[in-house]
Amino acid sequence: MIRTCILALLSHWKRNPVQLFAYLAGLAIATGLWSGVQAINAEARASYDAAAATLGEAQFDQLIPRQGGSIGLDTYIALRGAGWLVSPVLDVELGDVRVIGIDPVTSPGAIGAVMAPQGASLFAPGETAQLFGTGAAARALEGTAPVIVDETIAPGIVLGDIGTVQRLSGRADLSRLVVLPEQPVLQGDLNTIAPGLRLQPAQQVSDIAQLTDSFHLNLTAFGFLSFAVGLFIVHSTIGLAFEQRRGMIRTIRALGVPLRTLVALIVCEMLTLAAIGAVIGIVLGYVMAALLLPDVAATLHGLYGAKVSGTLTLRPEWWLSGFLLAMLGSAAALAGRVWQIGQMPLLASARPRAWIMSGTARSRLRGWVALGLLGVALILVFAADDLFFVFVLLACLLIGGALALPVLFARALALFERRSTRPLWQWFWADTRQQLPGLSLALMALLLAVSANVGVSTMVSSFRLTFAGFLDQRLAPELFVQLETPAQSARLEAYLRDADIETLPLRSAQMQIAGQPARLFGVRVGPTYRDNWVFLAALPQVWDQVDRGAAVIVNEQLARRGDLWIGDMVTIAPDLTLPIAAVVGDYGNPQGQVVLAEAQFTQLYPDSFASQFGIRTGDAAALRRDLVDRLRIPDHAITDQRAVKALSLEVFERTFTVTAALNVLTLGVAAFAILMSLLTLADLRVPQLAPVWALGVTRRRLSALELLRAVGLALLVFVFALPLGLALAWILLSMVNVAAFGWKLPMYLFPLEYLRLGAYAVVAVALASVWPARRLIRTPPATLLKVFANEH
Amino acid sequence: MATLLKITSVEKSYGDSDARVPVLRGVSFELGRQQTLALTGESGSGKSTLLHIAAGLETPDAGTVNVLGQDVTAMDDSARAALRRSEISLVFQQFNLIPSLTVAANISFQAALSGRLDQAHIDSLVSVLGLSDQMSKYPEALSGGQQQRVAIARALAARPRLMLADEPTGNLDEQSADAVLDQMLALVAASGTSLMVVTHSSKVAARMDRTLHLAGGQVA
Repeated sequence: MIRTCILALLSHWKRNPVQLFAYLAGLAIATGLWSGVQAINAEARASYDAAAATLGEAQFDQLIPRQGGSIGLDTYIALRGAGWLVSPVLDVELGDVRVIGIDPVTSPGAIGAVMAPQGASLFAPGETAQLFGTGAAARALEGTAPVIVDETIAPGIVLGDIGTVQRLSGRADLSRLVVLPEQPVLQGDLNTIAPGLRLQPAQQVSDIAQLTDSFHLNLTAFGFLSFAVGLFIVHSTIGLAFEQRRGMIRTIRALGVPLRTLVALIVCEMLTLAAIGAVIGIVLGYVMAALLLPDVAATLHGLYGAKVSGTLTLRPEWWLSGFLLAMLGSAAALAGRVWQIGQMPLLASARPRAWIMSGTARSRLRGWVALGLLGVALILVFAADDLFFVFVLLACLLIGGALALPVLFARALALFERRSTRPLWQWFWADTRQQLPGLSLALMALLLAVSANVGVSTMVSSFRLTFAGFLDQRLAPELFVQLETPAQSARLEAYLRDADIETLPLRSAQMQIAGQPARLFGVRVGPTYRDNWVFLAALPQVWDQVDRGAAVIVNEQLARRGDLWIGDMVTIAPDLTLPIAAVVGDYGNPQGQVVLAEAQFTQLYPDSFASQFGIRTGDAAALRRDLVDRLRIPDHAITDQRAVKALSLEVFERTFTVTAALNVLTLGVAAFAILMSLLTLADLRVPQLAPVWALGVTRRRLSALELLRAVGLALLVFVFALPLGLALAWILLSMVNVAAFGWKLPMYLFPLEYLRLGAYAVVAVALASVWPARRLIRTPPATLLKVFANEH
Repeated sequence: MATLLKITSVEKSYGDSDARVPVLRGVSFELGRQQTLALTGESGSGKSTLLHIAAGLETPDAGTVNVLGQDVTAMDDSARAALRRSEISLVFQQFNLIPSLTVAANISFQAALSGRLDQAHIDSLVSVLGLSDQMSKYPEALSGGQQQRVAIARALAARPRLMLADEPTGNLDEQSADAVLDQMLALVAASGTSLMVVTHSSKVAARMDRTLHLAGGQVA
């Protein structure tokens, strides 16, 4: 009995391959997009964890300089003498690679505890001249230092003995001291022995993981949106498959198969197919993640300085989560249908069209749920204060908007029907309204996709516009020079002073301000700053105050994270507290910044030197040649404004490559949902079309009307998606950005871009409806006549 | 003659508790082994409902249905399904073939379900019903008369002891109806199956051993 039943159930898919394809493809796309995004996130997180483990940030307390800078060797010796069991670490940047020197004798085992491929300890005595890192890091340091390749080390990091790193970098000081877990009971007071150091407790999560959380949350949200759109297809296909099989189910039961057995077999059948779709999706996800990972790695590096491996690993956390989510999604879509079968009387009508009419009963409930969700969204606009609730707000808005769509459509179509005077148009609108329940899931998917596209493109374009303006402000100098030594710095400054060229030297130090990690900049106030910097909020005569040493400027990130604004006081040093004179927008930078006068900075850090210079010149090329020829400054240390701007914009564009790719995919999935719905509905619609055909409307005309209907519906979706997408953009710019990145962006409107998007949506839907329309033209009259000959 | 189907004081009504419409009011009758019976009556007289109750597709509000000595009304869904699978075959007015299965698969379907698949028996049924050329086709490609023959073949392929047919020739022209009825009665007689037919047609009723007329939900 079981085998016969299974064969009968499977015969449905054999006869309806398009439906089977829609089911598998819907699941595969949903799982693929979700697991692809998860794969990227998992890879990035694994890289952060590897970095944290390599650096020991997650496991051990550390002693770090209170106000940036470095630790002298004498301080380290003093601490060891006072009973502090600490191990020295030197952390330097060589080009694009972070080189970490540790002391293999005193360091706790977990730091840099990597083994050479041969199994020998990396830091065995006599092997101290070795450095270890990934292949990419080894290539980056080629010509500087030989690196032994070990892919277990975090990307972008090279490990070595501290002596080796000191020789390589020409430094004798230390970056930080790792505090060993076991300490003697009696030890000297830290504040007495090393007043310039502070104890930083072990972080459960690394800084970079915290910083990038919002980026990954964004990706996850997009992945989930795509998954939801894919599930619309699955839900729609399962619904149609069940409706088409109503008659079969009734017959099988009448011929003696118990309801329980039949339900169990259907569940097994659908879940087996779901598993196949999910596995195909995981493969798709892997391919997608492998293609996008280099861009994501570039984005994370550009935005946060985080190093992520560019190679994808098959990690159970993403493929298993994708598989389970796909199965749960299918099970959820299945549950309602199985429940319906359980409730369906054995002799219930087997007419597949009955379900379309029954949909109207549910539409009222759907309308109320939509209203409720939109209400919650409205409350959250005022109440949401952290990222989680902002995403809840987004979910309520999008789901509420999608659920409201069929209700609004029904109203709009009823209005069109009432306004129509010609019978064919009256039939057209009435028929469209009747089709709505069958098409609504696909239309909702299209609405979500178009809204997401409007919202995200508004955000990205607003960001691009703001960012370009910001770059013009910040990158006013025509040349930028990066120097390594105080001598080079002094020579350059003297040369520029003699040549009467406006110079903007920049000194900086890492520190904690208002409980937040921040970078302190000492600037030479001059016309460039005064003319170019635009503030979000400022007191009068900002630059005069800063120049006098009476105030500081902070960036928006620090202001928002530290709950500061103009007029508030910030403590820069134990004896230096200054008011904030202005808050400046600082887009694309994750770190807090404080700007004060150069003289004040020099007082705080007398040993510091200006390592960066901005230079104003009318002839950048000539000055560049002069600096290289006369001052022997390496050419690669000089960057012209255009190159910096181009690089910044390139980082920006790469940042949104993934977003753009997911956007296009989501729109593609929605068009696919429309195609599948139209194809599956096409067969069911023959009884509706046959009488109209019999009354004298040609198949060609009917096909044209079908095409027109699809295009009209797409246009209506676009009309509803536009306000929803703009609301989404506003939330992204004004709420998500603030919660995630610490800055707020002004919102601009891009009507032409929206029109282009609307055209894409209409074209996608028109293309999707061409195939069903062609099929209708080619429907033989005999098929249409069967409707009158035989009602089954 | 031994009793195969015994219906005793069966009552059935439809609708809400406030406005229930009685369809069957204390119907009782018996059907013997190898006997044929026509159930006639006007539209809405409860003929189809009675047939569905006899098949265990519906449960009566009161009364009992006994098939082969088993009380169908006391059975759960699984037991009723098992009884239908092994002992009862149904022929519907709308044929109710499975559209995704070929004619061959449709005919052998119930026999396969009951574990009584006998290819020689099926071949002979197919031959008698003139379906040999249609076996690889799907139901949608057949005429109404051919579909009805497939439904009859499916019912008899399972070698049931009771065959219940609801207007088996209702969708056919007179000539096809006569041919299908002739074939069905011959096959039923040859296999020793009892047959209960719901029909409006006095011509069909006249071909049965006896006729039971329902009027106002009661045996007239």
